[in-house]
Parts: sequence; C-alpha cells; structure tokens
Amino acid sequence: MSSTGSPVTPLVAMVDSARLGGPHGLAEAMQPASALEAARLALLRDLQLAFRKRGQLLQPLAFFVMVALLFPLAVSPEPARLRELAPAVLWIGALLASLLALEFLFRDDAYDGTLEQYALSGQSLTSLMFAKTLAHWLLTGVPLALMAPVVAMSLGVVAAPALAGIVLAVGVGTVPLSLIGSIGAALTLGIKRSGTLLSLLTLPLSLPALIFGARATQLAIHGAPLLAPLELLGALAVLGITLAPIAAAAAVRISLE
Amino acid sequence: MAWTWFHRLASPPHVYALAARLTPWFAWPAALLIAAGLWGGLVLAPPDYQQGDGFRILYVHAPSAWMSLMVYTTMAIAAAVGLIWRMKVAHAVAASCAPIGASFTFAALVTGALWGEPMWGTYWEWDPRMTSELVLLFLYLGYMGLRAGIEDTQRADRASALLAVVGVVNVPIIHYSVTWWNSLHQAPSVMRIGKPSMPAAMLAPLLLMLLGFTLLFVALLLVRLRGEVLARERAASWIREVVSG
Amino acid sequence: MPVEQLEVENLHLWRGERHVLRGLRFALARGACLEVCGANGSGKTTLLRTLCGLIYPEEGRVLWNGEDVQRDLRAFHAALAYLGHEPPLKADLTARENLHYWIGVRRRLGEEELSRALARVGASSWCGRRVRTLSAGQRRRVALAGLALLHVPLWLLDEPTTNLDGEGRELVGTLLSEQLGRGGMVIAAVHQGLPASVSPVTRLELAA
Repeated sequence: MSSTGSPVTPLVAMVDSARLGGPHGLAEAMQPASALEAARLALLRDLQLAFRKRGQLLQPLAFFVMVALLFPLAVSPEPARLRELAPAVLWIGALLASLLALEFLFRDDAYDGTLEQYALSGQSLTSLMFAKTLAHWLLTGVPLALMAPVVAMSLGVVAAPALAGIVLAVGVGTVPLSLIGSIGAALTLGIKRSGTLLSLLTLPLSLPALIFGARATQLAIHGAPLLAPLELLGALAVLGITLAPIAAAAAVRISLE
Repeated sequence: MAWTWFHRLASPPHVYALAARLTPWFAWPAALLIAAGLWGGLVLAPPDYQQGDGFRILYVHAPSAWMSLMVYTTMAIAAAVGLIWRMKVAHAVAASCAPIGASFTFAALVTGALWGEPMWGTYWEWDPRMTSELVLLFLYLGYMGLRAGIEDTQRADRASALLAVVGVVNVPIIHYSVTWWNSLHQAPSVMRIGKPSMPAAMLAPLLLMLLGFTLLFVALLLVRLRGEVLARERAASWIREVVSG
Repeated sequence: MPVEQLEVENLHLWRGERHVLRGLRFALARGACLEVCGANGSGKTTLLRTLCGLIYPEEGRVLWNGEDVQRDLRAFHAALAYLGHEPPLKADLTARENLHYWIGVRRRLGEEELSRALARVGASSWCGRRVRTLSAGQRRRVALAGLALLHVPLWLLDEPTTNLDGEGRELVGTLLSEQLGRGGMVIAAVHQGLPASVSPVTRLELAA
C-alpha cells in the first residue's frame, strides 16, 4: 500500500482512508460530531434508558415520601408542629433520595464499558459528564421538586404561594446536589458497597445547599420573600455547573486508569 | 538548576533519608515551644476578667483548630502536586497528613466542648466555628475512607487527591453557609476570646503554642512520611540496602 | 520511506508492584497489523489501554504521527477505536439504538449507513431487539458493526474473536483486511491468533 509520503494529521488520515476505497466509499463523508451534538446524544441516551426502566425512576420518589411519612409518626401529627418541621423533612428527604439515585448515574456505564467509550470518544468528557448530570437532575431533582408540594400538604402547608415557593426551592436546590453527587459517584466507581462512603463524601459538601434550601423553604411556608436564600442557591448551582463536571470527568479518568 | 531540588524531592530514597535527618530539628524545638507555651499559658498568664481560669484551655484549643485547617490545606496542596506532576512522594505526603489533621480536628472539638461546659453550661452549642470544625472532621474521615476503600494504591492516591482538592475549594463555602445559618438563629456567635483585646501576657504563650504545634505537625509528618514511603516502596531494591545497612 | 504513524518509545509501566511493561518499543506503519500475544495476565489488556492513553506510563511515550499523544489526547482519540473484552453496549437499548448513540457521539451517522452496517454483520433480523436478549456472539457482531462504522485509522482490539463462530471469525478477518487495505492500522490482543485472512501480521509476544 503506497503512503502519501508526507506527514498526515489524524483528520486528513481519516479522509485519506475513505479516498483509498473500501465498501463505504465517499458517499458518507466523515463529519465529526460537534460537542453540542455529542452532549445532546448523551443526554437523550440516559433519558431513554431511564424510561426503559421506569420502575427504577420511581424508587427515589417513593423513598422521599417514605421519609416524609416517618416524621409525623416519630414526632407528632399536630399540624402546627408539622408545619414547623416541614422544611427539614422536605430537605432531608430530598437529600437522601438524591443520594440514593446517584448510584444509577455512572454504575451501569462503568460496568458495560460505555463510560470508557465516552472517555475515548474524542469529545470533551467534561461536557459529556455535564449532560449525564443534567439527565440525572431531570430524572431525580425535577420529580422531587414536583413531589415536594404534595408532601408539604401532608405536613400542613396549604397556601398556594408557599407550595410554589417550595417547588422553586427544591427545584433549584437539587441542582447543586446532583452536581456534587456526580463527583462523589465518579470517585467511588468500582468500590464495592460504596453507598455509605458515597454519603460520607457527598453530605458535607452538600451542606451549603441544604442550609440555603431549607431556609428558602421555611420562608416560603411563612409567606415571606425567599429571594435571598434562593439567590444563594442559584449561585451554588452556577458554581457547580461550572466546576463539578470538570471534577467528575477527572474522577472518571482516574477510575479508568 | 533551581528545579533540581524539586526533582530530588520526587525521589523516595532521598526523601526517606532527608526526613530522618530533619525530624529532630522539628521535634525538639516543638517540644520546647509547647512546654514554654503551656508554662506561659497555664501558669504565668493572668486570669481572664470574664472567665477566670477556665479560658486557659484556649492554649490547646486555638492551636489545634488552626492546625486542623492548615493541615488540610497542606494536604490539598500536596495532593494537587501529586495529581498534576504525578509525584508519588507528594501523594505519600498527603496520605501522611490526613490522620494528623484529623487528630488536630478531634482535639479542637473535644477541647472546645470541655471549654464550653463550665463556661456556658453546655458541651455543644452549634456556633459556626465549632460546626465548621465538625464538618472538617467529616471531610478528613471521607478522605481517609476513600483511600481505604480503593485497593490499588495509585488509584487511591489520585482519587483521594481529587477529593482533597474539591474539599479545599468547598471549605470556605461551607464555612460561609454555616455562619450565614447561625446568624439567622441566634445572637452574634459566641466569641471564645476577644482576640485584639488580649494583653501581651496572654497572647505571647498563644503564639508560642501556635508555632510549637506547627513544628509538631512537621515532625509528625516527617515520621509518618518515612513510614508511608517504606510501605509504598517495599518491593524496591533501595529498601533492602537501607534495612540491612 | 513509509511514514510511521504509531510509535512506542521505551514504555515502562507498573501495576502495583508488578513491572508489567518493560521498555516496550515498536513502530506501526500504515496498513500494518500488530498481533499481541501472551498468556493470561501478561499485560495484553494493559498494553492496549496504555496505547489508548487511558493508562499513563511511568516512562516512555506513545507517538501518533510524530507527536506525543499526551499533548492532544482528544485528537488522538478521535483517530482511534478501542474495543475491550466486553462489547460496549447498553443492555436495555436495541442494537440499532446502541450504535446510533455510540457512533453518533463521535460522528454524524445516517440511518441508511447504520442499516447497511448491521446487515453486513448479519444483524438485520435481530437489530430491533434489546441487547439484553442477545447472545454473546450477537453482541460481539454489533460491536464489530460499530467498529466498521467509526471510520478511524487505528483499531485497538482486545480479543476481537471471542464468542464468535467460524462465520463470525471470518467476518472479523474480512473487516480487518479491509481496514488494513484502506491504509488503517490494527493492534489486536489475541489468545489464539487472528484469522488467517489477515496479513501481513507482526507478532509481539508479551512474557508474564
């Protein structure tokens, strides 16, 4: 086989090999996928997979409701008391449910070799990690945020603006939770029975989100403006979006070594 | 030329020997400074006008708390060096720091609780500093837990290094959020001692203890580091020479 | 003088205390195939993963077109395809969907092309079933279809003929020959040798 005799870049080499023939010919031009396209596919794939296993999707939600049920049983069913406890119940429940769901983020991909293919795809692993974490939030955080007002109602919160505020607070607050969780999940890949360790790693880092989120929920229940803690939550979310996928990608590469 | 010392630091046998030579230079001064600080703080310094003699536990509490944070930062820097330049010795340093830092954190928490009880009637009162300190303890435990959970040393090094770096970025955020939380729920946080208004007789022993604890940390680090290097390099040929020689 | 595309210089790698790769050095030109053999545990998989850039060697370098791959790992990855022991397929997606995502993340893929590739490996009748329901050999065939679809110059394959029957092995032989014919390169770790139709083949024996 004659060579071109000049140094070729990988991209040119790919085009060259098409020109040299083979059953596929020139009809299919090799257009590398853009970063956005790759991220979009990664997102869609995780969403499609989750819908194929709908049962698994419901587990964190069921857990959330279960945890919420424990508090009235363990404390008292008095509405005033419950309303006081509501921010704590909602947030601790959401936090624990989110932790539970983190298992699904990378575990399967690591076992079947698809995570490895992401690392070898030539695309930015950071943007692929962001896409996966976004999928995780859409499948966990958003349902939790929508379920939260229902749980809140069972805890004596009835005012519509309060419930709306709760949806907002939990919705925004679960963003940093998913992002921080993605780092923990990537770091503990391949460790057997890593549930407790994952919680130990993720909980301290999630404290700020818990603090601001619970405060926002509390203000919402009392009908007070919750802009201040909400802004802080938003800041955490933005910081997380910028930095967490980078750390998660680095952690994934470390796990593949 | 300036970088050769840096590259030599990457060599385990060199570090092993260096650590042995340096340890006494840190250990003895540390012992002296701590002794002097304790004498100054427990005996010489006048009783606080508000708290009487009970404040003296500050002389162990404050340096412990300070060191707990300093050690974490050192650990994170060593971890970052190990991650970026792939230096095994840097990872060994980070691994050696963790138990020392966790001990300082634990000491700070215990002395803080012991201080609180006679002074304010309760062992624990959720003030921002103590709460942040408790979270720091969990950060240390998480780091050590991750290390313990991964069998392959190299992977354990790199994963825990990343965790340390992520942690150090989060420490100020956590502290800010805990302070914010605390300010919502009670009066201005309990100040253990008004720092600026401390008379020299009280301050001097404190500074001695601080310096002493720092030197103590370095001495302990050097000792642990030798053990770490020995354990990591046990299959290497230079170990046999050292052990038999 | 042929342009050497992949070059490995003085590769040293330790896994824990084991010195797995000891000063490995070779060069691979276009249209060449390297067969890596060795007993279990001799480091075949480790070598492939190091060549990919997944594992960082303690010493030595991997050069692609004269440049250290660590300088621009992503560009290097865009030029290679790696198939590990297990076909990288999601069990709950169909064969077709798997390829759509796997290849789509890397390059634009048309439905026509996808169908043709599946037909080539004999998957047309069962490509709409979830991978969970397929046999190991069928999964391997889907992975091979993906490999052919990627259109990259360098193939790194870890035991590509596992779980395949005689016809499957022939398919592997054909695909590899086509890749070499296009000026591509193949490095394959094997237990029992590649199909005879693949040539020329250089053998690299790894001692445990």
